[in-house]
Amino acid sequence: MANLSSEFIGIKSPNPFWLASAPPTDKEYNVRRAYEAGWGGVVWKTLGMDGPPVVNVSGPRYGAIYGPDRTLLGLNNIELITDRPLEVNLREIKTVKRDYPDRALVVSLMVPCDEESWKFILREVENTGADGVELNFGCPHGMAERGMGAAVGQVPEYIEMVTRWVKTHSRMPCIVKLTPNITDIRKPAEAAQRGGADAVSLINTINSITSVDLDLFAPEPTIDGMGTHGGYCGPAVKPIALNMVAEIARNAETRKLPISGIGGVTTWRDAAEFMALGASNVQVCTAVMTYGFRIVEEMIAGLSAFMDQKGFTATSELVGLAVPKVTDWQYLNLNYTTKAVIKQEDCIKCGRCHVVCEDTSHQAIAMAADRTVTVKDEECVACNLCVDVCPTGCISMQELPVGTLDPRTGRPVGTPLNWTEHPNNPSGSAAACAREPAE
Amino acid sequence: MTTSQFQPGIMPGRLPAEDYCHAFADTAPPLTDHAARVAADRCYFCYDAPCTTACPSGIDVPLFIRQIATGQPEAAAVTILSQNIFGGLCARVCPTETLCEGACVREVAEGKPVEIGLLQRHATDRLQAAGVHPFSRAERTDFSIAVVGAGPAGLACAHRLAMKGHEVTLYDARLKPGGLNEYGIAAYKAPGGFAAKEVAWLLQIGGITLLENWALGRNGTLADLLEDHDAVFLGMGLAGVNALTIPGAEHATPATDFIAHLRQSEDLATLPIGRRVVVIGGGMTAVDAAVQAKLLGAETSTIVYRRSQPEMPASLHEQDHAQTHGVRIVPNATPVAIRKDEVGFEVEFARTATRDGTMTLLEDTLRLKADQVFTAIGQTLGPVPEGLTITGGKIAIDATGRTGLAKVWAGGDCASGGEDLTVTASAQGRDAAEDIHAFLMGA
Repeated sequence: MANLSSEFIGIKSPNPFWLASAPPTDKEYNVRRAYEAGWGGVVWKTLGMDGPPVVNVSGPRYGAIYGPDRTLLGLNNIELITDRPLEVNLREIKTVKRDYPDRALVVSLMVPCDEESWKFILREVENTGADGVELNFGCPHGMAERGMGAAVGQVPEYIEMVTRWVKTHSRMPCIVKLTPNITDIRKPAEAAQRGGADAVSLINTINSITSVDLDLFAPEPTIDGMGTHGGYCGPAVKPIALNMVAEIARNAETRKLPISGIGGVTTWRDAAEFMALGASNVQVCTAVMTYGFRIVEEMIAGLSAFMDQKGFTATSELVGLAVPKVTDWQYLNLNYTTKAVIKQEDCIKCGRCHVVCEDTSHQAIAMAADRTVTVKDEECVACNLCVDVCPTGCISMQELPVGTLDPRTGRPVGTPLNWTEHPNNPSGSAAACAREPAE
Repeated sequence: MTTSQFQPGIMPGRLPAEDYCHAFADTAPPLTDHAARVAADRCYFCYDAPCTTACPSGIDVPLFIRQIATGQPEAAAVTILSQNIFGGLCARVCPTETLCEGACVREVAEGKPVEIGLLQRHATDRLQAAGVHPFSRAERTDFSIAVVGAGPAGLACAHRLAMKGHEVTLYDARLKPGGLNEYGIAAYKAPGGFAAKEVAWLLQIGGITLLENWALGRNGTLADLLEDHDAVFLGMGLAGVNALTIPGAEHATPATDFIAHLRQSEDLATLPIGRRVVVIGGGMTAVDAAVQAKLLGAETSTIVYRRSQPEMPASLHEQDHAQTHGVRIVPNATPVAIRKDEVGFEVEFARTATRDGTMTLLEDTLRLKADQVFTAIGQTLGPVPEGLTITGGKIAIDATGRTGLAKVWAGGDCASGGEDLTVTASAQGRDAAEDIHAFLMGA
C-alpha cells in the first residue's frame, strides 16, 4: 500500500485528506471523531474576534439540490463562522492538537480588517500549538456585509494587505482561502502571493439560491418567510473548482504557489483529479456532511491503490501531472478527429443517444425499427453528447488516425493544426501572440 | 363453524375466520411515496419508449413516470387515464412482465424493470383517493349510442362517447357492472371492492344510463337497439365456457363460476372449498382458481396442464405466484375420465408428450384424488345476433372496431384481435368510441 503521508507548506499529515473549515470542524467532539476515523488534517471552523459570539439563524441553514434517488449533488448554507466563545475554541484546539500531534490542525480566521485585530488573534492561535492558519476571505454571506470574508477576498489589495499583516505578526504557515465569486481567480491568488502567503486554498462556496418554495414564493432555506443567498458546495461545484485550481497552477505568476484543493471532493478519484491539476492536498466538507466521516477509508484505500497501480511512491509525484495538459482553446488541435462508436452488445436500446442527437445536435445516430442505434460517420462531429447521456456507457469516441478519410468532410485527417495556425483565423498569427500556452 | 383443512369433502370455514382477510389481502401492496420516488427515478425516459409500444392501450409511460418523479402523481394519473380509463385496475391485473415491464430497457440492462405497474397504481390511486374525475363532457350532441356489456370494453367505450357529448345507454346482463373486473379476476388482485369503486368513479363523467339485468337476445334484439340508437357497440364478453368431453365431465365445474361466486361472496368463511382441488387448464383463470382454492383453505391445489410448463398461457410470473402459494403444477397430462369414489373423485390423466408441436398421448397415466374439480380450458362466445361475421370464435372487427354490420361496432373479449385482457378490452372500447364519434359527426 502506497505511503500517503503528506507535507503541505511544512505541515505534516498522514494523508492528504483534510476536513475543510466548516460545520464538521466546529468542535473538539467532531474533530476527535474525524481524527479517529482517519482524516489526515482538519481546518478548524473559522474563529472571529473575542467578544459577543456570532449569532446564527435558528431556522434551517442548509438547502440542497438532488439527483435521482435524492442523491445530494449540491449543498448551500447560510451558517456563519463559529458561534462559540473564542476562548472555548482556543482551549479545545490546544487539547486536540496535544492529543493528535501527528495530524494537521490549521485554524481558520476571520477578524475585522485592522492590523491590531489580526495581531491579537494570531497570538492567541499560536499559543494553541496549531500548525498554521487559513485566512477566510471567502465566506459569501453574513460576514461579507460586515467587511470580512468575501468582502476582503473580492479585493486583491485587501488580500495582500491582510496577508502581509499575518506574515508580519506570526511565524505560522499561512494559507489564504479564496472566494470563487470573482471574475478571474488568478488576481486574488497573485495578491495572496505578493502578501507572502505560503499557499492558497480554493474554492470557498459560491453565491447561490438552491431552490424556491413554490407555496411561500420564497428562497430556501426559508427563515420566517424570507430567504437569502448562501454558499454553494458539494459535487455540483467540483468542475468550477477544478478549473480555478488549474488556472492558478498554470498561471506563470502563481505556478509555484502551493494549493489546497476544495470543492466537491467526495471520492479518492476526485482527490486525485484535484492533485493532478496542481493541488498538493484536498479539503472535504459536503461529502462528510452527506455520509459521515468514514468515507475517508475509501479515499485512503482508493488513492493508495491508484498510486500503487501507477507506481507512485509519494503523493507529491501525482501533484500537477495534468497541469501541462491544460491549455487555451486556440491551442487545441483542430484536425484531431474522433467518431462515436457504439458497443452494440452493451446497448440496451433506450434510444436516448438517437433522440438527443436528432433533436439537439447533428442527426448522426440512426435508430432502426428494431431500435438498434448506429452512428452515421458522415454526420458525426464527435460532440460526445451521446457518450454523456448513455445510461450504460456503451458509447465511446474512437480516434481517426492522421491520413484516414473522414466521411463527414470527405478529406483525410490532417496533421495537427490549431486555431492560431488555421487559415480561417482572420487575425492569423496575431492570435498566437495573445497568450503563450502553458508549459 | 370451523372445519379443518384436512376434513374430506367440500366444506366452508376451513381456516380460522380471521385468516381470510390476511389470505386475500393485496397481493402487491402499493408503493409508499418514498418507494414511488425511488422507482420513478429509475426511468430513463427512453425515446419512442418500448414500454409504451408494448402497452395495448398505448399509455405514455415515460411521461407519467416523469410526472410522478416531479411530484405530480395526479397529473400522471390523467396521462394514464386519457389512454386507458381502466388504468387503475390494469395497474393491478395487467401481466406487466410480458407487456410494459417486459419491454423495459432496464429489464435488458439489469433484469429489473422499472416498476411500471406499481407506479401506475401509485398515480391512479392518488387521483381516486382525491375523489377527482378529471374528464368532462364536450358540448352535448343529439346522438345516442347503445353499449352492450358493462365490462371494460363497454365501459371504456361508454366513457369516451360520453366525453364526446353523446348519450349512452349501457346494457348489462349481470346485476352489477364491471364485467370480468367485477366477476372474473382474483380477489387478491383488487381487494376492497376496487372494481366497483372504479366503475362508480368512471360513471361520474355523466351521460351514461346503466340498464342492469338486460341481456341481448333475452331482453331485446340488435334490431331493437339499432332502432332506438344511432350506433351500437357490442362488448358482452365471452358468455360460454369450454367443457370437457370425457366420461364424468359433469363432475367438474367451470373455474369462472367458482371465481365469480367468490368475488361476490360477502364472507369468504362461508364459501365451501374442497380438501383436494384439481384445476384443469393452464391459463390465468386456472392460476386464479387454484391459488384462491388454496387461500380458502384447500389442503392441496393442483393445476394440471396438458402441454409442457413453458407452453402454459399463464405467464412465468403467474406460475411463480401459484407455486409460491403452494399450488402444484403438473404439466403434460390430459384428463381422460373423472370417476366418483367414496369421498370424492378420482381424475385420470393420460401423460402427454409434444413432438414438433403436436401433442401425443402416452401409455402412462396419472390418477389424482379430488374433492373438487374445476375446468379452466377456455371461454367461448355466447349466442350472437345474426349477420355478424365470426372469425376464430369471435366477432370479426377491423382496426377501429367496426363489424360487418352497419352502425355496429364491437370490442373486448367477444371481438377479434389482441389478447383477452382488460387493457386490450379498454383500448378497443376507446378506439371504437372514437370511430363511432367520427362516424356520427361526419354523418
